[in-house]
Amino acid sequence: MTTAEAKSAASRPLATSVSMRPAAFFVYAVLIAGVLAVALLATTVGAAGIPLPRLAAALGFNIANADPAMLARDELVLWSIRIPRIAIAGMIGGLLALSGAIMQGLFRNPLADPALVGVSSGGAFAAASAIVISDSAWGASFRFMQLELLPVAAFAGSLLTTTVLYKIASREGRTSVAIFLLAGLAIAAIANAGIGLLVFVADDRQLRDITFWLLGSLSGATWPKAGMVAPVALLALLAIPLIARGLDVLVLGEAEAFHTGIDVQRLKKISIVLISAMTGVAVSICGVVGFVGIVVPHLLRIVIGPGHRMLLPASVCLGAILLILADTIARVLAAPAEVPIGILTAALGAPFFLFILLRQRTLIGS
Amino acid sequence: MTSAPAIIEADAVCMKVRQATLLDNVSVQLRGGETVAIVGPNGAGKSTLLRLLSGDLRSTSGAVRLKGRDLTSYASRELANHRVMLSQHVNVSFPFTVEEIVAMGAGDRPRNAAASLVDAAIAELDLAPFRHRELPTLSGGEQQRAHFARVLVQLACGEADHGPGVLLLDEPTSSLDLRHQINLVETAKRRARSGTAVVAVLHDLNLAVRFADRIIVLRKGMVAADGNPTETITDKMISEVFEVETSIGSEGGQPYVLLQRMQ
Repeated sequence: MTTAEAKSAASRPLATSVSMRPAAFFVYAVLIAGVLAVALLATTVGAAGIPLPRLAAALGFNIANADPAMLARDELVLWSIRIPRIAIAGMIGGLLALSGAIMQGLFRNPLADPALVGVSSGGAFAAASAIVISDSAWGASFRFMQLELLPVAAFAGSLLTTTVLYKIASREGRTSVAIFLLAGLAIAAIANAGIGLLVFVADDRQLRDITFWLLGSLSGATWPKAGMVAPVALLALLAIPLIARGLDVLVLGEAEAFHTGIDVQRLKKISIVLISAMTGVAVSICGVVGFVGIVVPHLLRIVIGPGHRMLLPASVCLGAILLILADTIARVLAAPAEVPIGILTAALGAPFFLFILLRQRTLIGS
Repeated sequence: MTSAPAIIEADAVCMKVRQATLLDNVSVQLRGGETVAIVGPNGAGKSTLLRLLSGDLRSTSGAVRLKGRDLTSYASRELANHRVMLSQHVNVSFPFTVEEIVAMGAGDRPRNAAASLVDAAIAELDLAPFRHRELPTLSGGEQQRAHFARVLVQLACGEADHGPGVLLLDEPTSSLDLRHQINLVETAKRRARSGTAVVAVLHDLNLAVRFADRIIVLRKGMVAADGNPTETITDKMISEVFEVETSIGSEGGQPYVLLQRMQ
């Protein structure tokens, strides 16, 4: 190419589609600062908030002239209520965003989200079944088991729905966007019908358990629950390097990923198990929370590009920020009562989803 | 014809899907340094043969051997070092830039190690103005060139470690303008000169003549002709296989085809 050609090419108006990616260090610095900032915000506002001046003392720093009674109360709120709740909100938000990003890569479709295409509902149906069946079979004496039973059941339900969805939507290595979304709609309808049936047959106590949990809330956050989520979150983080490059190349198509040297079957298996485990544990803690999985990766792709080596870890951070923020809003909006977080994320996320849909009309119409 | 051993060969391969026979007892041997065009009417089995050679599909019977070893014994990662393939339609729904797509050809090699190969492929295919553009915003032909550049990077990476490989191209010029059709053909021929076996499915017989030193004509899943352009591109062959009337001319010792009418 001559210099004249280069000049004319450079002067063409390309502003909308020329992409310069920001440096990784800068992105992670901003995101981690964001996580810390929202965590700080979440401790200071809402019912029983701990204002900044008292926070340092409650965190254990030796502060002069702290009121001992106030300090004891602050310490209790902070360590047994606030911090586990923030930790769980952060981890669940990270898992939801990560499972959305992985699912979008696996299905080569920016609109995929576990909550939207019935994977969360499948998990919720399995978990609701576990509530009713365990309660009917063993009665109240086994209620303590629900902490362990719910995630396992939800994981199994999510795994089944993801696998079925993949089998339906992909044919000869191509996945159809329309079939994928419609099949997801049908699967969600089936799972929701199942949940409806369970609600219908459940007795009063079971019904209270199911509805409380289905609405989705982090108000019951405890250290044991955080202990349930943490291993899955850790596992998911460790799995990111295993699948990131594969998901990049999978964007070209299954056959093309194979030509480039990717073991596509292995990549698909790891991705499906990861999506199911993350969705399952999220559903078992706070019910169906939608749209975090769509909104977060979409925003990040605009800024840092679609490469999964950076998109996946960044999604974890931004997902954490978003859900801690949403949970704080849920606590404050109608204080001292709490708005169910699933309703809040749907109310904010659904319009955003429509916005993406309009922007990408041409892509989806094909 | 050279007596060098074949880099890749199909040995009596048959491909049957339910009742339909897509390929029937096809044997071809491809040597390093050869440029081979596969031509034939729609449904003759051209793409099927290419996908068998790439390892995408497994034959119902017969075997494909790459560098003397059965193709099915290669792991996908190992295979990627010896054969590369450009598919006909690649649809990317995420905003990767041209540079990012081309760099995917380098696999998991460190970014610095492949940077010069990426630069070279981008320059060779006239893609410098589009380097930082997002692929989904480009025209079909520009996207096709980006994917060809990606495949060239993969080829160069594999050949650096393992010697000459196989370059498979499925209708690589389908969206290209004339200038870039010629550029693609010349680029592919340069690879053959350095020892690569280059195989392309082509529809345009004149382009096939310009590209290939050997043309394989497929018809109904069987090899109808296999030889140099003057042997294969004849009135008789074209009327039998393509069912059209043509007049064949000659220019600089190479045949050219003028379409007349349907039979």
